[in-house]
Amino acid sequence: MTLKLEPKFGKYGGQFVPEVLMPALVELTEYYEKYKDDAVFNDELDHYLRDFAGRPSPLYYAKRLSREYGVKIYLKREDLVHGGAHKLNNTLGQGLLAKYMGKKRIIAETGAGQHGTACAMAGAAFDIKTEVYMGARDTVRQRMNVYRMELMGTKVIPVKSGSETLKDAINEAMRDWVANVETTHYMIGSVVGPHPFPTVVRDFQSVIGKEVRTQILEKEGRFPDSIVACTGGGSNAMGIFHPFIEEDVDLFAVEAGGSGMKTTEKEALHSATLSTGEDGILHGMRTKVLQNKYGQILESSSIAAGLDYAGVGPELAYLADIGRLRTCNSMDNEALLAFHDLCRFEGIIPALESSHAVAYVKKAAASGELGDIVVINISGRGDKDLETVMGMRK
Amino acid sequence: MRIDEKFKQLKAKKEGALIAYICAGDPAPQATKEYVTALVRGGADIIELGLPFSDPIADGPTIQAGIQRALDSGMTPDIYFRTISSLKLHIPLVVMTYYNLIFKRGLEKFAKDCAASGISGIIVPDLPPEESDELRRVCKENEIDLIYLVAPTTTEERMNRILAEGTGFIYLVARLGVTGARSDVAGSTRELIKRVKTTTPKAVGFGISNGKQAAEIIRAGADGVIVGSAFVDIIAKGEDVAAKLEALARELKDGVKGRQ
Ligand SMILES: Cc1ncc(COP(=O)(O)O)c(C=O)c1O
Repeated sequence: MTLKLEPKFGKYGGQFVPEVLMPALVELTEYYEKYKDDAVFNDELDHYLRDFAGRPSPLYYAKRLSREYGVKIYLKREDLVHGGAHKLNNTLGQGLLAKYMGKKRIIAETGAGQHGTACAMAGAAFDIKTEVYMGARDTVRQRMNVYRMELMGTKVIPVKSGSETLKDAINEAMRDWVANVETTHYMIGSVVGPHPFPTVVRDFQSVIGKEVRTQILEKEGRFPDSIVACTGGGSNAMGIFHPFIEEDVDLFAVEAGGSGMKTTEKEALHSATLSTGEDGILHGMRTKVLQNKYGQILESSSIAAGLDYAGVGPELAYLADIGRLRTCNSMDNEALLAFHDLCRFEGIIPALESSHAVAYVKKAAASGELGDIVVINISGRGDKDLETVMGMRK
Repeated sequence: MRIDEKFKQLKAKKEGALIAYICAGDPAPQATKEYVTALVRGGADIIELGLPFSDPIADGPTIQAGIQRALDSGMTPDIYFRTISSLKLHIPLVVMTYYNLIFKRGLEKFAKDCAASGISGIIVPDLPPEESDELRRVCKENEIDLIYLVAPTTTEERMNRILAEGTGFIYLVARLGVTGARSDVAGSTRELIKRVKTTTPKAVGFGISNGKQAAEIIRAGADGVIVGSAFVDIIAKGEDVAAKLEALARELKDGVKGRQ
């Protein structure tokens, strides 16, 4: 007996896609409903998560950072997952599903290149041809990841339209999917897009929060007071939040404040979609969107390519509306300072995306709003960002 | 003019319909009137005027570029409706745009603006019937047709639903993929034309660029053809645009009349 998935989160979510894709979404939903609780599927996925990805990832007590920031901090070490980010949790899940569905080809979009890298890994592990769309601007600022993908046999296709970032890469991946839907699985990289993607990706990422539940009980004998995660599309956030939704734990979604909270007719200097976006339709979903008064989508901005997105997962928009989620942001320069803090105090080089979460804890700890024990999701490691950080020092 | 009236007229004359797409404001708001007039002179039966959206996921490179030119020229929904009001066409005009622009304006206001400016139908490529109850209701109230798309991948079950709900004409997507000019007619197109059984007129779009293709599609049983990228290409080249739009419209119209 399979449980039918809900296509909406309150008023958000849904399926706003060209007719060509509707049957593929129905097919994906059916397969996912069939396999999500299937023992054989889950055994195989667990095997890959453990022996290939290196799970469970540790929950690490950051002693020096705790002393420095004045709150007890645990770091969920997704930076130690194979590939250097949480993204592999999702691509292994979807990759396996694609294999069960008999798909011959995987396409994906990538911003920072982390999701693309994770797709390349899954593509190689499951022997499925993989092609990744990446904004031309991102291929430059994340060129090491481009090379990593190519090493693993993935073709990287630079996207030259629009702002040449994540939003444009998603557009192009959707166009490809429209043309090749019968043979191709679109492996979306976050809790975004048309139903069932936000649910599928959330579920595959929920392994993060499930592990935290066990780990924090072992270490503290109780749940944390708060959990803090950076939020681009929202997959590492939903992954760690979801198993705690019913618990008395405060959840903080930290968005990229970029270089300021200003917007013009065409662009935003930030990517703070949850806190400043308006109800709209983008990439097949109804959600909060950075848009102008006519509904044209704004070009977003952030020092962290993975957060640089004008939309956000519909479930996060819903949780924010009902007050289950606190939305906040960290600016580029705050994230950079937090990046250096984690490097120096803990010997951990975090992704610039994750540094936004650390930066918020630094700001908010003193006010007491985080409580006594906080878990920060270190969604990825910072090796990919070294050139950006070196550039900023000049 | 209502869309079904137009198709009835054409049917009486045993002609297929030519539905011509360009994007409003491409490459400048003032150009639209001249270009639409040229298309009508060439024989277009229905004008499909794009309202440009920043993230057109159903469009290929040609129309994407046209949309970008239109946005760069400052085209907005407000200017769009003003432009349309000034066209004073004697044939039906349909707006093609993405759902966020309609949603942001407010469904009710969008439909009223359409009715007031003389628009007879709305095509929204990213709005399947599942999500369109509300828009269908306001369209009905304002006597505007909501035109649905069917694709080669559409299942029987969905097909029945779409055919039951669509008015004006049914937009048959000729092939999997985004918009863009091709020179042949795919086997899947003929198959789809056969599969769509309805009394609502059937118009085929995506990939049609010449009179020969247009003729073939009408012979295969369609009531009309929709041509976009081939016209937008002419605008992109920027030479003798009005004359060339008119000439291509004439070639296509000859095709749908079966004179090719
Ligand atoms: C390390 C890291 N963290 C966070 C993100 C943001 O994505 P999401 O909000 O889906 O977790 C990315 C995206 O590329 C990333 O690479």
